[in-house]
Amino acid sequence: MAQVLNSRGPVTGTATRAKKRRPFLLDLYSTAVGKKYVMAITGIGMMGFVLFHMIGNLKMYQGADDLNKYAEFLKKLLYPLAPKEAVLWILRGGLITMLVLHLHAALTLTRLNRHARPVKYQSARDYQVASFASRSMRLSGLVVIAFLVWHLLDLTFGAVNTVGADGEFVRAEVYDNVVRSFDRPVVAVFYIIANVLLGIHLFHGSWSIFQSLGWNNPRFNKWRRAFAGGFATVVVVGNISFPVAVMAGIVG
Amino acid sequence: MTTDSRLNSKAPQGAIEDKWNNYKADVKLVNPNNKRKFKVIVVGTGLAGASAAATLAELGYQVDAFTFHDSPRRAHSIAAQGGINAAKNYRGDGDSVHRLFYDTVKGGDFRSRESNVHRLAEVSVNIIDQMVAQGVPFAREYGGLLDNRSFGGAQVSRTFYARGQTGQQLLLGAYQQLARQIGLGGVRLFNRTELVDVVVIDGRASGIVVRDLMTGEISSHSAHAVVLATGGYGNVFFLSTNAMACNVTATWRAHRKGAFFANPCYTQIHPTCIPQSDESQSKLTLMSESLRNDGRVWVPKKQNETRPIDQIPEEDRDYYLERLYPSFGNLAPRDISSRAAKRAVDDGRGVGPLKNGVYLDFSDSINRLGKDVVAERYGNLFEMYERIAGENPYEVPMRIYPASHYTMGGLWVDYELMTTIPGLYAAGEANFSDHGANRLGASALMQGLADGYFVLPYTIGNYLAPMLNQGTPDTNHPEFKKAEEDARNRFQGYLNIKGSRSPDWFHRKFGKIIWDYCGMERTAEGLQKALSDLEPLYEEFKTDLRVTGDGESMNQTLEKAGRVDDFIQLGMLMCRDALERNESCGGHFRAEYQTDDGEAQRDDDNFCHVAAWEWTGDPMKAIRNVEDLNYETVHLATRSYK
Amino acid sequence: MSNHLNDITLKIWRQAGPNERGRFETYLIDQISDEASFLEMLDILNERLITEGREPVTFDHDCREGICGTCSLMINGQAHGPQKSTATCQLHMRKFQSGDQIVIEPWRASAFPIIKDLMVNRSAFDRIIEAGGFITAPTGGAPDANLIPIPKPVSDAAMDSAECIGCGACVAACPNGAANLFTAAKISHLNLLPQGQAERYSRVEAMVETMDDYFGSCTNHGECEAACPKSISIDVIALMNKDYRKAKFKNRKTSARAD
Repeated sequence: MAQVLNSRGPVTGTATRAKKRRPFLLDLYSTAVGKKYVMAITGIGMMGFVLFHMIGNLKMYQGADDLNKYAEFLKKLLYPLAPKEAVLWILRGGLITMLVLHLHAALTLTRLNRHARPVKYQSARDYQVASFASRSMRLSGLVVIAFLVWHLLDLTFGAVNTVGADGEFVRAEVYDNVVRSFDRPVVAVFYIIANVLLGIHLFHGSWSIFQSLGWNNPRFNKWRRAFAGGFATVVVVGNISFPVAVMAGIVG
Repeated sequence: MTTDSRLNSKAPQGAIEDKWNNYKADVKLVNPNNKRKFKVIVVGTGLAGASAAATLAELGYQVDAFTFHDSPRRAHSIAAQGGINAAKNYRGDGDSVHRLFYDTVKGGDFRSRESNVHRLAEVSVNIIDQMVAQGVPFAREYGGLLDNRSFGGAQVSRTFYARGQTGQQLLLGAYQQLARQIGLGGVRLFNRTELVDVVVIDGRASGIVVRDLMTGEISSHSAHAVVLATGGYGNVFFLSTNAMACNVTATWRAHRKGAFFANPCYTQIHPTCIPQSDESQSKLTLMSESLRNDGRVWVPKKQNETRPIDQIPEEDRDYYLERLYPSFGNLAPRDISSRAAKRAVDDGRGVGPLKNGVYLDFSDSINRLGKDVVAERYGNLFEMYERIAGENPYEVPMRIYPASHYTMGGLWVDYELMTTIPGLYAAGEANFSDHGANRLGASALMQGLADGYFVLPYTIGNYLAPMLNQGTPDTNHPEFKKAEEDARNRFQGYLNIKGSRSPDWFHRKFGKIIWDYCGMERTAEGLQKALSDLEPLYEEFKTDLRVTGDGESMNQTLEKAGRVDDFIQLGMLMCRDALERNESCGGHFRAEYQTDDGEAQRDDDNFCHVAAWEWTGDPMKAIRNVEDLNYETVHLATRSYK
Repeated sequence: MSNHLNDITLKIWRQAGPNERGRFETYLIDQISDEASFLEMLDILNERLITEGREPVTFDHDCREGICGTCSLMINGQAHGPQKSTATCQLHMRKFQSGDQIVIEPWRASAFPIIKDLMVNRSAFDRIIEAGGFITAPTGGAPDANLIPIPKPVSDAAMDSAECIGCGACVAACPNGAANLFTAAKISHLNLLPQGQAERYSRVEAMVETMDDYFGSCTNHGECEAACPKSISIDVIALMNKDYRKAKFKNRKTSARAD
């Protein structure tokens, strides 16, 4: 463990530490660099999700039937090879695991970082290159989590959705649920804000992946920022288009 | 003159090229299993200290390393820019061990010990191999082999370099070897711990007394042998290119305990430094000498010229180096161009706001070669100049002035690098041995690493072997207790004066005296004046010093007070040494002894010897002892650069 | 021609010892030549304080030419102050103006405990090097230096990272107090060179894990690169991350064989 830095006296034998043998993944995960690997890999998984989620939802522009059928299609992935919803649940399970790992790594790293500077600078910092995106990852991440919970309650469980004429939330009526939800301006605005923050989170995160995983090559280094910007923009523009379209009456 | 019996160089028998091999063949060895029974203290962690500590620990000795820095990597070896010489002859341009040996002896103006210099040239080859194996990223050619450049005082390309940061890369190499040994437990490192005394028991170096800079605690450490690798004393001038903390304390304290101090007047002045910009300036910065390849040195012809540079026409400019030394021109050797610059400034023709520099003008080169070529060659140096001086050298000529940056003098050592105290060794710039009266460029790094890696590890064994199974001296021995008490009293004494001047004030004041009278050009009259000025100043120091704070915590003012005290005493010895050496040689130029055209005039009949000073309780009463220099291989000749 | 700066307000962090409470103290300073370096300005202040019988400001400094890495000040919220690629000791007062307020704080990180005033203990860096920041090459057995040709681009890239001066500005500037740039610079220097290959993976594992004992984690802000007086690129961090992953696989294999 770390030597006490305030003590005086000779320094010697600092590199002869006993190595504990742990299962490989736990061993890797025990260091900050390893945790960043987990952040990056789970990040990639969830980036895949948000991208395909957005693309799938574009079916909304083709009308209620298409969108509802798409939802049905997802339930029947690989059917009849696998039972209905089985693949979907496997995917959901994967996403939940990734989310939990991403959160756990973020939480423990944050704690490590707080510990690394217990006394803050007492004067104002003048940051040179750290962007709003990089410095607000925790905030944007928390808002996205809150949004995720709301989003599930709204469109999956219907707990906070307005109820249709029949007085019951029908999950399969995806199109109607979406339109009803976004007809409430407050919800639409929250949705837009949350997605902008998601974009900011993605912008720094998708660039960071390259660094954390050590994907560094002079040939493509200059494209890394562009990729991050492009990816975040595509997801955010796609997602925001839905409430805008509903409110503008293009969909509904 | 005959050599004092205590100054036996112990140079081995045989032809010059056999001496080191003969020595190694005869040297007493310590069995590998017995090495751990010996303890060696190494003070200083620069090139010489870090490499010695690491190598001794690799061999199996117990090593305690001390540095007053926070980390061994801060030592001032790090600031060397140019490179390191080695007789590799990778260019096939006629280099050899003998030629490097000869160039070093000649460069030192025939005032160094032949046997030591030849050994240095021999091991220079191993140094490069060793440093490359350790991962020092020396400059390479496209074929992947090591690149070389040429340097002053040599007609071959034998200098290896790593951009303008060769010293940094070599020091980090040695530091990393030391760090490895610390990690493995072979070396115990004491950082922020300064040597305040050397302890001698029954005529042998038995240990040191140190002060913990963070707590002020004085403590003793004993060992079978002590190595001082604590650098030079260039800061005696106050303004020098040395780092702020460089000091003479370790070697001076050893001197006071009986180690003879050799040739203190041999100091080297580097011609291309950025001139002082105002009174508050704390140190000078060196610009690589390579700039003189393409820059032209000039001053206005008129005294007190007031016209701006661009309005001084060509005919009113004095390119004095080209005028005085037509064949060497702007590439005249360090001492010669330094003195010429001083004469121009003393004549009232200096340039810059304080009229204390000369121009180094690149406009001709920029016109001839184009700005791009000049930028490629010197871009990083130009940037550094602009950062410090605030002027763009592409548009305005650089201003340069000589400054002290290396000291050839130091503790007297024999062939084994042992001082006149048995068991006390001095390595690197701290000793006097290899550079004579003047050091060639790119040789300091070579000497530090040679001493630490390839000389001390052999010679220390020769001393230790007969002491097998004798324990380390007891630190409760009265000599240790007395040294501790003396140190406590000394530091408490500084605190008790409660006068009105800071240590820096005294340092600046006496440094100016040394610079004015014992700097680039010395005269008997000036040196006597300096000595008569120094004594009252030292008295004033002892009665009017002000040190704030206490001795029980980090107190930089108190540290400085101790160092300034030792510097003033050394300054007196320097002036006495310069006064007694009635000749000019290398860095020591006595105005009375020059040829008609202003060159140094040696007196080989009377001064072909080392002056080793013996402490008697007062620097003004130190005794001058002599080691004759016998040249068996090299013939004494006059250096000429016309 | 040199001009003088007047009415400079210095707000300097004063702290008597590692466990004492610190606070900002304000000093007014006049007649500072714009030719003076920033540290000379502090020298002048200290000289004045000593003459007044007050304790001078303690700060680390040594070579004053930007290479030893001893100086370490947070100046107006920036590590080493406002000039790019410049250590505090090479910062000059001409970068400031009369009437400016200058706030000076020590580096802050739990691995860099304050010793006094602006001086901190950076020994944690030494611990990282001791863990593996070297090539094992005991004195004496080295082969000829030209035995292994090293392509110039490789040698140059190693040199780029080897320029690190170990000042700690990367840690000070990092919002997380991470030492990834320092550690990665040394890893990259040694791991790029052919001589460093034998210990490549044991080195990176040992150094990264020692770094973890003291410092925070990298979240890719890039502040370290911006503060670095030698402009070392965060590309070296990517290399470290890659080598660490490989090391985790390879070292398990090696240690399994040894069992």
